[in-house]
Amino acid sequence: MRRPENLRPAAAPFLGFARLLRDHAFPIAPEQTTSFMQAVTLLGPRSMDDIHEAALATLAPSPDRRGEFEAHFRAYFYGDAKPMTEGEEDDETRVMDDCGTREEETQIARQEKGGELSSALEQLSSRDFPGDADGLGQFRRKLAATLPARRSFRTVRTRSRGTLDLRRSLSEIVSADGDIPSPLLRRRQTVARKLLLLIDVSGSMKLHTADYLKLAHAAVQGADRAEVFTFGTRLTRITSALRIRDREQALARAAALVDDWDGGTRMGPTLLAFLSVPRFSAFVRGACVVILSDGLERGSHAELEIAMRRFSARAFRLSLATPLAGDPRFRPATAALRAILPVLDDLVDGSSLKGLSDFILSLARPAPAAETIWKRVS
Amino acid sequence: MTNADAVAVAASPEAIAARLAASRYLADDSLATAIFLAIRLGKPLLLEGAPGVGKTEAAKAVAELLGRELVRLQCYEGIDAGHALYEWNYQRQLLAIRHAGEHEIDIYDDRFLIARPLLQVLRAPERRVLLVDEIDRSDHEFEALLLEFLSDFQISIPERGTIRAATQPIVILTSNRTRELAEALRRRCVYHWIGYPDAQREAEIIMLRSGHVAEATARAVANAVQQIRARPLAKPPGIAEAVEWANAATILEKGGSPWPEAFRRAIGVLIKDEEDLSAVAPELGRIVEEALA
Repeated sequence: MRRPENLRPAAAPFLGFARLLRDHAFPIAPEQTTSFMQAVTLLGPRSMDDIHEAALATLAPSPDRRGEFEAHFRAYFYGDAKPMTEGEEDDETRVMDDCGTREEETQIARQEKGGELSSALEQLSSRDFPGDADGLGQFRRKLAATLPARRSFRTVRTRSRGTLDLRRSLSEIVSADGDIPSPLLRRRQTVARKLLLLIDVSGSMKLHTADYLKLAHAAVQGADRAEVFTFGTRLTRITSALRIRDREQALARAAALVDDWDGGTRMGPTLLAFLSVPRFSAFVRGACVVILSDGLERGSHAELEIAMRRFSARAFRLSLATPLAGDPRFRPATAALRAILPVLDDLVDGSSLKGLSDFILSLARPAPAAETIWKRVS
Repeated sequence: MTNADAVAVAASPEAIAARLAASRYLADDSLATAIFLAIRLGKPLLLEGAPGVGKTEAAKAVAELLGRELVRLQCYEGIDAGHALYEWNYQRQLLAIRHAGEHEIDIYDDRFLIARPLLQVLRAPERRVLLVDEIDRSDHEFEALLLEFLSDFQISIPERGTIRAATQPIVILTSNRTRELAEALRRRCVYHWIGYPDAQREAEIIMLRSGHVAEATARAVANAVQQIRARPLAKPPGIAEAVEWANAATILEKGGSPWPEAFRRAIGVLIKDEEDLSAVAPELGRIVEEALA
């Protein structure tokens, strides 16, 4: 990269450090780089500690990634061994967006060793879905009205139960020549929360993906703001395919978009990849997130746990619907499920379309946390 | 105090740390540096950390060190512009209209404007420090509103025009991190994560904060609290709780309980969660013994 003319050579390392962080998916804005250099100048710098403090204060790494940040700092300024963050090629989780304009590749750290239940082999195949009628019409019609609502910043006029709309009342008074008619009221509008469906399309979910996609189609048609992604070994956004009104057409289009039908699962890394795309993770903020998956994670579940914690910190309600819970003997006993249970708001049965659509319609109703419910059962 | 004076006060991170200590707040180097940078770069200071590590206290200490008044905006779910920026006092406006009769009256006069914290600070940036407390509790719309305020330091009142700050106000934001803040907000601020202090610093804080606790007690409390925090609790005790525990134990001891017993009986001010209490209770005796040794 070319160095600007008026920049002193001594400043180059600081620019370089910001660039290095950016390469490792730290969100660093140009203005942060500027304040980093200003801060270093202000502090002297008298020692490496000053540079370190300045970097922490201005580049603002999130506390979750503090360790990683420190490793990069040491590697860059002290020349220590390279931090172990680069994965091998097969660990790249590909993010596909059906707009077809962007395809992002996010590198994910690797720590797992391999497991037995699900395989990471990418088996690329496409599939067709036969269409049939199954009472999703009602779900679609009810959805927009039953999703949890939040108060918006905008206000609407109202006849009762509101606060005084001062501006309009006063202009009324002015037009009525100082006479005070009955005051006009306004109330904060309520809007439905966003709905995000994340559908696991790996081999172990084979029996259910067709149903889930039908549900997703109904959800996209019914809700004001819904997004649907599929994940297996890759992450694919299929929302705009599902916007097509005709179900068969929509599902056929969506089926063609997804490359990783019936392959392995890399739930943790794909969900982290999802969160690392800013506009996707911004969608999660205050949304109802429903993950349709059996939660069987290959190898270590550390990444899954991190991803779920981040989801739950952003989302309004985080639910995992697993088809395994259809079995009355089901208990969240796998290490991965036990680890993520405390951050889940709901862990529900995802084996039947009816149960699942009823659950989504009941999202607005408060329920005890998943951990409480399952503790009671076991 | 003008901004030039503020810059003079903030000559170096060490000077800040010394002045903070004078106002009974012990800051580590990192926090002193962050405060120094925030004042000198003219950026808001974002403090994040677990509940009870002294974020709000830090803001109070900064206001004191600058000799300014602290204006606090407590955030909560559903906070809106009327609570943060300004409101018109419409009852008074209506009364004034009645009272004026045939005379002309300016109902958008200063008399009728209720200044909320953000406007208060804009009007006298050299006398006030703004604390936006627990921003993570507010909705993301409010965060966006704040973002606009923090980048331009101006408020537009349609009836009055735009009010600008004469000089850059000093703003401190705190967050408990119950949810993640927007990247844009973090980006605009000087950031500092306040962690729990080490045992020695905590003992110093306990002695500074409560006058009558003996040094040995403060050390024992600091050591024990470090041990308790290392356990997986739902709500690890903060510094404020540690100070109260030391206080409570001292009072009980003066009332006649022997030492380890006084600590055990005062545990209610340190751990305020039933499940945590039952998790810690069996080991408490050993922890206290070790801390006292």
